[in-house]
Amino acid sequence: MLAHLRTSLRMLAVLSLLTGLAYPAFVTAVAVAVFPHRAHGSLVERDGKVVGSELIGQPFTGPGYFWGRPSATVPFPYNAAASAGTNLGPSNPALHGAVRDRVAALRAADPGNDEPVPADLVTASASGLDPHISPAAALYQVRRVARARGLPEATVRELVGLHIEDRQFGVLGERRVNVLALNLSLDALR
Amino acid sequence: MTAWSLAQIALALGMLLLAAVPLGRYMARVYEGQPTVLGRLLGPLERLVYRAGGIDPTRESDWKGYTLAMLAFHLVGFAAVYLLQRLQGLLPLNPDGLGAVEPTSAFDTAVSFMTNTNWQGYGGETTMSHLTQMLGLTVQNFASAAAGMAILVALIRGLTRRTSHEIGNFWVDLVRSAVYVLLPLSIVLALVLVSQGTVQTFRGHATATLLEATRGADGTPIAEQRIAVGPAASQIAIKQLGTNGGGFFNANASHPFENPTPLSNLLQTTAILLIAAALCLTFGHMVRDRRQGWALLAAMLVVLVPAILVATSIEQRGNPVLATLGVDQAPTNLQPGGNMEGKEQRFGIASSTLWASFTTAASNGSVNSMHDSFTPLGGLVPLVLIQLGEVIFGGVGSGLYGMLVFVVIAVFAAGLMVGRTPEYLGKKIGPFEMKMAALAILAMPVAVLVGTAVAVVVSAGQAGILNPGPHGFSEVLYAFSSAGNNNGSAFAGLGANTPFYNLALGVAMLIGRFLVAVPVLALAGSLAGKKLAAASAGTLPTHTPMFVGWLVAVVIIVGGLTFFPALALGPIVEHLMFR
Repeated sequence: MLAHLRTSLRMLAVLSLLTGLAYPAFVTAVAVAVFPHRAHGSLVERDGKVVGSELIGQPFTGPGYFWGRPSATVPFPYNAAASAGTNLGPSNPALHGAVRDRVAALRAADPGNDEPVPADLVTASASGLDPHISPAAALYQVRRVARARGLPEATVRELVGLHIEDRQFGVLGERRVNVLALNLSLDALR
Repeated sequence: MTAWSLAQIALALGMLLLAAVPLGRYMARVYEGQPTVLGRLLGPLERLVYRAGGIDPTRESDWKGYTLAMLAFHLVGFAAVYLLQRLQGLLPLNPDGLGAVEPTSAFDTAVSFMTNTNWQGYGGETTMSHLTQMLGLTVQNFASAAAGMAILVALIRGLTRRTSHEIGNFWVDLVRSAVYVLLPLSIVLALVLVSQGTVQTFRGHATATLLEATRGADGTPIAEQRIAVGPAASQIAIKQLGTNGGGFFNANASHPFENPTPLSNLLQTTAILLIAAALCLTFGHMVRDRRQGWALLAAMLVVLVPAILVATSIEQRGNPVLATLGVDQAPTNLQPGGNMEGKEQRFGIASSTLWASFTTAASNGSVNSMHDSFTPLGGLVPLVLIQLGEVIFGGVGSGLYGMLVFVVIAVFAAGLMVGRTPEYLGKKIGPFEMKMAALAILAMPVAVLVGTAVAVVVSAGQAGILNPGPHGFSEVLYAFSSAGNNNGSAFAGLGANTPFYNLALGVAMLIGRFLVAVPVLALAGSLAGKKLAAASAGTLPTHTPMFVGWLVAVVIIVGGLTFFPALALGPIVEHLMFR
């Protein structure tokens, strides 16, 4: 057994060098050289300042911005240093209460809009960092955002249309709207 | 279920089968030591590893020597991961200054990665330094997967050799799995993932100024977002290919930096089952009867495909309570609808349930949606796929050797019915083989059911439960099913990073891995020593649709009878209470 342990130690050391150091180092070197923007986190800059990542959502609660998916991260929503979902079960009253509150908040911010709310807009994402909402969830918010910004609804609706990403290669995943990108271009309208 | 959902499911399964055929052939050549397309490039690397490790690749051993080498290697690997976690505060490549991991958590994680379970009691980005992730976790991702493949190859040799003592050289099987299969596939997958947005950097977190400031739970204003990054793509590639599943980030493959686009999702989904599926065909090549490999693959698909369809259509229906709250859950061209709690918008329903089925059929356990938030019957599907013993694809190597144990049982039961001596591929199945097969099959349910029973009666176990009622029981049952079957996924609401769960689940993982692996190697040794019996009119053909159906029935009856009472207390009663 001692001989086996000695061989094991040597082999672990060799395999560690190969798969634990050489492999990630090689992948990093190629990744940073070929896809530098992606490898470092797809960061977005405005006026020379980093304002987020294309792939990471941000918390929005003001009526003049589009809101993203509810986020379960602590201690504040969209904490990109500690991803998490709610893990609430479907029969948990805490889930039902949270959804009820979110529907109420959306309706309070947009009086007169009694349409049913798209599911993704009132259910928490898995990562707590979901950068996207469905096109339906974006269109649901057009009237509120237009009113808060004093813009014609048609202008805002057109902007949403420009931000709808199709299914990848026309078939994969879901159609979606990147909330940070949409809000950045809203700000750029001014 | 929408047409889009069906198209995506068909696409993933089609890609899987298309890629499995050439990979299965390639791996057979690798394990038989024949020249391969990558031989010129990787042959020198293989020989370098042998030289540096002091291995004589021509020396083979009997099953006991093979087993001891495997156990020694895992023991050393466990110690290395444990120490790395405990000492990471003093070691380099720790840009965010993370401290030592708590001892029981470090034990749990070390066992978890050694046994190819990759259960995560911890949050990656808040717990593990870059060095621990690379030198500890990534290395074990390769090592535990390669070891599983090695054990399978030893069992195949047991079936094909005649009156032989030796079943191979553990180190050679290990190194070939890592160098020729896992490493090249991982490099390619990692780079494609980076092109989609998966991060791969040695930098510490990035800091962004929020467009709109927010407030923390205690009311403090928050104007900045710290964005955790790291060398994620390299770890994610091997975690999928090696059916490991432990994520770089806490939210695992739902985190946009692990799985940024639908394409990255499709590739990772396929990667989860790729090697396990291809190994079935490798088996067919190595036993010189390809139909045997296709029969095993068919049996696995017969269980997997209905599971995907059931989970997808149930989750697409949504949550009946939410429908009463003014929420629109109908799928349209503008929204996925359905039960979106704990799912990501870019994946919607189908890509989430497809992943959930793949990851639990395989003993992968990575998640791109939160299984805890699935509807009761939607969450039942992954739970059952785990409880079938991780033989529907299962872990790389370990899934197929588990399935071959079920084949032994199936052949034996069929032999009893017609009064013939049972045999498989010309090898007679005797009392010793049956004892080993029974041991391998019984160990896991004991670990799962006893573990669950203890956890729900002691207060340390009850304390971890998040959701009330039967769903809370499901959380505990899922945790022990996942650990005992080396899956690693979770109903993650369970607060399992406590000394009780860390130790209990650690023990369940050890039982689930080694009380199967060691009997399988004993089986290999005993089979290798046997003569080949000539096929006669009484021989049960094991490549026919009839045998496939019989094998599936055995798997389902054993799993079903064992776990149905527990399932009735969890998801089934929750479903009945729901409406």
